[in-house]
Amino acid sequence: MTIDTERAQQEKVEPPTGPVSLVRAELPRWAPYGILVGSLVVVGVLLAVTGGFSIGLFVFLSAVLFGLVTYLISRLVEGARKATDRLVTIVVTVAFLIALIPLISVVITVVTNGVARFDSAFFTESMRGVGGANDLAGGGYHAIMGTLIITALAAVMSIPVGVLTAVYLVEYGSKSRLARAVTFFVDVMTGIPSIVAGLFAFALFALFFGPSIRLGFAGSVALSVLMIPVVVRSTEEMLKIVPNELREAAFALGTPKWRTILKIVIPTSIAGIASGITLAIARVIGETAPLLIAVGITTGVNFNPFANRMATLPVFAYYSYAAPGVPREPYLDRAWTAALVLIIIVLVLNLVARLVARVFAPKTR
Amino acid sequence: MQQPGDRIFAASAKGAGILILVVLAGVAAFLVIQAIPALVANPADLPGGRNIAVYVAPFIFGTVISSAIALIIATPLAIAVALFITHYAPRRLAQGLGYLIDLLAAVPSIVYGLWGLAVLAPAMLGLSTWLNTYLGWIPLFAGPVSVTGRTMLVVGVTLAVMILPIITAVSREVFLQTPKLHEEAALALGATRWEMIRMSVLPFGRSGIISGAMLGLGRALGETMAVAIILSGSSIITFNLISSGNPSSIAANIALNFPDSTGLAVNTLIASGLVLFVITLLVNSLARYIINRRREFSGAN
Repeated sequence: MTIDTERAQQEKVEPPTGPVSLVRAELPRWAPYGILVGSLVVVGVLLAVTGGFSIGLFVFLSAVLFGLVTYLISRLVEGARKATDRLVTIVVTVAFLIALIPLISVVITVVTNGVARFDSAFFTESMRGVGGANDLAGGGYHAIMGTLIITALAAVMSIPVGVLTAVYLVEYGSKSRLARAVTFFVDVMTGIPSIVAGLFAFALFALFFGPSIRLGFAGSVALSVLMIPVVVRSTEEMLKIVPNELREAAFALGTPKWRTILKIVIPTSIAGIASGITLAIARVIGETAPLLIAVGITTGVNFNPFANRMATLPVFAYYSYAAPGVPREPYLDRAWTAALVLIIIVLVLNLVARLVARVFAPKTR
Repeated sequence: MQQPGDRIFAASAKGAGILILVVLAGVAAFLVIQAIPALVANPADLPGGRNIAVYVAPFIFGTVISSAIALIIATPLAIAVALFITHYAPRRLAQGLGYLIDLLAAVPSIVYGLWGLAVLAPAMLGLSTWLNTYLGWIPLFAGPVSVTGRTMLVVGVTLAVMILPIITAVSREVFLQTPKLHEEAALALGATRWEMIRMSVLPFGRSGIISGAMLGLGRALGETMAVAIILSGSSIITFNLISSGNPSSIAANIALNFPDSTGLAVNTLIASGLVLFVITLLVNSLARYIINRRREFSGAN
């Protein structure tokens, strides 16, 4: 008995063999990659053996297997909390990759389908007299010009109103009730469905010119309704970040407020304002529904937005696709090319906006 | 003392603000004026020969159900994407990845329509067949499966792609505003990254996520061309998502029928547009209300 307790005491005192670990075991750094490769191989082989191979199924099953195996191994080695963390990391990353699929797919689809008619004829010919024997000719020249004219008119109307409103909100309105109402309704206007803007423009012009009116200018009005809130919002953000010290310095020198705004505040933030306006143009240039309602479509070139129908790229693409002539193929090709031109315009505008914002940004040390 | 230039400038700035309010009021007023003939007309003269409510009901149903599908798919995905960009992606890549997602929002809706019909519809046939075979007992997937793929489910997925960048942008914004101290405190207590996100980022960003989802809902409700191109709309109310013969949405119905309509039919379409306007106005106002209320609490601007 006594000997036993002595032995036990001796054992207790005895220092433990090896260092004590204060942290749990961790998976090596390469473990996730190893498991990923493993799941890809296993799923690939299984699918190849069963014969039901398709790329979607392969990726989907691999991702599921990867997540499951990582979770289980990590749970055994590192414990439940770390395992959950790893699982969430995988889920979040996969979600991001899923979100990229449509973007890549859209670009590939439009480019492969649109490149067939991406030729000089598309940019120089209209659709007048196209059909029957010479159906392979014809292009979107009239639609491109229509889109440019209508969007330019919309921009001419929206930019002054939008920028002035933003100036009012930041420089004059501060907390007045009018300013708060404008802010709220500008936000609400951002959410107006584009087709409702088209109906508004139609209703407005139909009241004066009768219900069969279709005008390029009506389309511009509809686009302005969609564009103004975007311009106001972005300009407002830019004016807000102009340091107050600049304004106060100008006031201290006796500069009147309007000159301070025109000579100090706006030049300081012009890069951001220009970038916001470019993005606003990019947002409305691809709008289809309002132009479908208010402008309609035509086959010939019409440079006058104040008389008769005009063709625009999105509507041209829509009608070429939805109501093709016989044979169908040339019309579908033209629709895809129109979509391709639209995407290029929008992407270039987005790129320009980012560049403008970056290159012309005021220098801050 | 005010200079004349000052007064002119101030007045024109104020005028521009008032003009915006007038325009918005004008939108409502003109829609109402043009809708009234349809509202007071003899029901027999309307398209379909029935009451205006009976005419609009299927399209309201179609609008709501397509937006609901889009919202159910897009919201969790958008939260995950926003988390990836703000908390998981390498810091140097994060901004570029954000631009990529923003580009999704820049693609014109007509392009999404063409893409949905040409690529997504055939690609989803397999999934629809699978859903019908194994989950056919749920009324949503009762079938028979449409062979063209022009179904409500495809529309919902397309809309989800379109509203994903909106929800992501708003969520990203609020996730970035999470106080750094909260995050660092959680990490210092030994939390893993996910526990830190669950304890500090998500509770802080909850109202941002909700309002982002509602802004996305607003866009989905009013989306026109994608629905008009993909769906061969009918006016039957059915929960069956994968067969042909789903109801069209309000906006798509207007776009499809407006160019060929005359007389009272135009007024009827404008009346349905008015309904859409009111619905989106309510949804967006609610979203903005939630955002604004939160802004006051957080002190972030």
